[in-house]
Amino acid sequence: MKTWFAKTGMLSSFIIRRDRLRIALWMIGITFFSIIVPIAFTGLYNSQAERDSMAATMMNPAMTAMVGPGDLNNYTVGAMTTHQMLLLTAVVVGLMSCLLVTRHTRAEEEDGRLELIRALPVGRLAHLNASIYVLFTMNIGLSIMIGFGLFALDIASMDLEGSLLYGATLGATGILFTCVTAVLSQLVESSRATLGLSIAVLLISYLIRAIGDVSNEVLSWVSPLGWVTKTEPYSGNEWWPITLLIGVSLILVIIANYLNAIRDLEAGFISSKPGKKHASPFLQSPIGLALRLQRSGTVSWAIGMLVIGLSYGSVLGDLESFFAGNDMLKQMLAMEEGYTLTEQFIPMLMVVIAIIATIPPVMAVSKLYGEEKKGRVEHFLSRTVSRNKVMASFFILSMGNGFMMLSLAAVGLWIAAYTVMDQAFSFSMIYGAAISYYPAISVMLGVALLLIGWFPKFISVVWIYVFYSFVVLYFGGLFQFPEWIGKLSPYGYIPQLPIEESHVIPYVSLSMVAILIVILGFKGYKKRDIQS
Amino acid sequence: MTVLKVTNLTKQFGKFKALNGINLEVNKGEVFGFIGPNGAGKSTAIRILLGMLQATNGHVTIFGKDAWQDAVEVHKRTAYVPGDVNLWPNLTGGEVIDLFIKLRGGEPNNRRAELIEKFSLDPTKKCSTYSKGNRQKIALIAAFSSDADLYILDEPTSGLDPLMEQVFQQCVVEAKKEGKSILLSSHILSEVERLCDRVGIIRHGEIIESGSLQELRHLTRTQMIIETKQPITGLTELDGVHDIETNHQELKFDVDTEKLDQVIKHISAYGINKLESAPPTLEDLFMRHYQVTSNKVGG
Repeated sequence: MKTWFAKTGMLSSFIIRRDRLRIALWMIGITFFSIIVPIAFTGLYNSQAERDSMAATMMNPAMTAMVGPGDLNNYTVGAMTTHQMLLLTAVVVGLMSCLLVTRHTRAEEEDGRLELIRALPVGRLAHLNASIYVLFTMNIGLSIMIGFGLFALDIASMDLEGSLLYGATLGATGILFTCVTAVLSQLVESSRATLGLSIAVLLISYLIRAIGDVSNEVLSWVSPLGWVTKTEPYSGNEWWPITLLIGVSLILVIIANYLNAIRDLEAGFISSKPGKKHASPFLQSPIGLALRLQRSGTVSWAIGMLVIGLSYGSVLGDLESFFAGNDMLKQMLAMEEGYTLTEQFIPMLMVVIAIIATIPPVMAVSKLYGEEKKGRVEHFLSRTVSRNKVMASFFILSMGNGFMMLSLAAVGLWIAAYTVMDQAFSFSMIYGAAISYYPAISVMLGVALLLIGWFPKFISVVWIYVFYSFVVLYFGGLFQFPEWIGKLSPYGYIPQLPIEESHVIPYVSLSMVAILIVILGFKGYKKRDIQS
Repeated sequence: MTVLKVTNLTKQFGKFKALNGINLEVNKGEVFGFIGPNGAGKSTAIRILLGMLQATNGHVTIFGKDAWQDAVEVHKRTAYVPGDVNLWPNLTGGEVIDLFIKLRGGEPNNRRAELIEKFSLDPTKKCSTYSKGNRQKIALIAAFSSDADLYILDEPTSGLDPLMEQVFQQCVVEAKKEGKSILLSSHILSEVERLCDRVGIIRHGEIIESGSLQELRHLTRTQMIIETKQPITGLTELDGVHDIETNHQELKFDVDTEKLDQVIKHISAYGINKLESAPPTLEDLFMRHYQVTSNKVGG
């Protein structure tokens, strides 16, 4: 039994050495992000009156669904930071854990590297536990860095206990999703499925909590992200959710170890069934193959987009009745003539939906380079398929993908809004507001294509650009960024339907930009060496 | 008729010169063996032939067309099998074979079924469950069931068992009989010796030797083991005799092939009891060039 864990420590330091840059970047990035926010809040909202008016705009179900409940009656800088940032940062920490655990467990195993390690005098559970151990250390380190970092800001409302709790909440969330991913990586046979399922658990937790926070308190108790907001750093200072998160994590660690101990190397518990003897006519082309390779991913994303639309839509009914009973708020928020208050929330929802809907098509087009790195693009290019055709197949597919994702979210939003609202929105208004972001998504796909064509090693720059767009547009108002910062993102040019007029010019010019960089991308891809 | 012609091909990766002015020719109906130690530049050269890497200098023409510019046209008549076959884990072997045939522009034919049978492959399994050898079989089946005129095979048998290797050799021989050309890169020198009409040896990105096996053998030595009635004298003074070893009555040495005649005349005077001679194998040839390399490097 003892030998099952032999050399865990050595493997842990090996993982840390391999990933030292990646680990450092995640930790520094998240800590920096957490510390910069209260500094910004102190500058932007320095009187209690300003913060109270911010709190008043937050006091509605749509915001509760997005960021969770907060201490709105005592909206200090600390309470504001917790309310606005804690949940979102927890999701990011969870995502970090999912990515890193997948990378070190199932991905290592799938690529056959774990086989080499297991052939050495190393315990059969050592590698799993080394990965878990590294992630635990990382998350604890993150808690300490954020906790003391926030306290060191010396902001009156941010005391030591609250700061440490804030850090600990994030760390505990990371630990929980480390363990969730560790269990999932035992169940399925591929790293893609592991990552997909663990991110699905993360998103479903977020959605369950959103619905729970708005309409049914009990539901929030089901979701670990519901526990996150219950710690209430800088106001309630509750530590018991941390013990709950850690307790569940430890149970999951035991389950993961048990499953790993009883299964074969490279096997899972959800195993694959024998497949077809012949390829269907549909599969026998580059585009058919590209589609087939991403089939399950695309279907999951499609369902996800529909659910996101439905969840946001379902909040709109609560929002409508909330405004109807609150005259003061009605006056305060009524800036735009001729639009209902609920309508004014549509642009904000649409930006979020549009940026989420950008992720699956960008993944679809990046797959072209992923296939190249794995040496599988050779199979096309050594046959009678031109580079243009290969690239076009992935590009067309991703364009269709983006259109479908955006449409599904819009349809979901409209269906849910239609059933819960007294004065329902017209379908064309909602769909139009969503699909108006399509040119911006096209530009993003163009950027990805341009990178694949010219600088394939830097393909991840497109993700930084997507993340940048999200930050500037989602937080642009909150942090009062100057306008040009938003205009560096293609999404910043899209008119905020329905409260702004729709202009043709931004759509046309964004489409032109997209076409131009797509052509450049194709040119580069034709000229460069294929890597392996 | 020349099917494949490489002229003065150079490829530079940053400061590193992977290929330095190589020249090659493969004729119609010929099997050309392409051998050399690891890292010599074989795969780089092959990837340039396939239009995946752009040559820094020099030309590659296949069927009279440029390998980079007219890659698609060239590939209509070319089939390629890589040494390391990476396949999509969630597709079955059968699906991949069909896809490959279709991507070459061919139609599914009865060669497919025949070859699946011959290579004894289960086409219903997912690629993620295949071993290296089985993945290689998929690439081989897809290649040989297509109607190509040039086969580029880059270490195609490195994962096959001896039985399957024989099936592979049959396929090559059949293709050759049909007048097809084959470029075979391999480390299994007995295989190259058996199949190839001509051989090119590459080292440090340069072709250091090329020609038919017959021609190459002239450049090397024959090993002899003899036993004579009277003790031989004066053997050491003879030109072209190397590495003499004495073992009781037995004498073992190497002779430069062109000096064979003189040496035999000299030793026959002492009355021969026993004479064994082994022709130089490709392996000897290869090892000699390879050892020269290592000596130069100092290893």
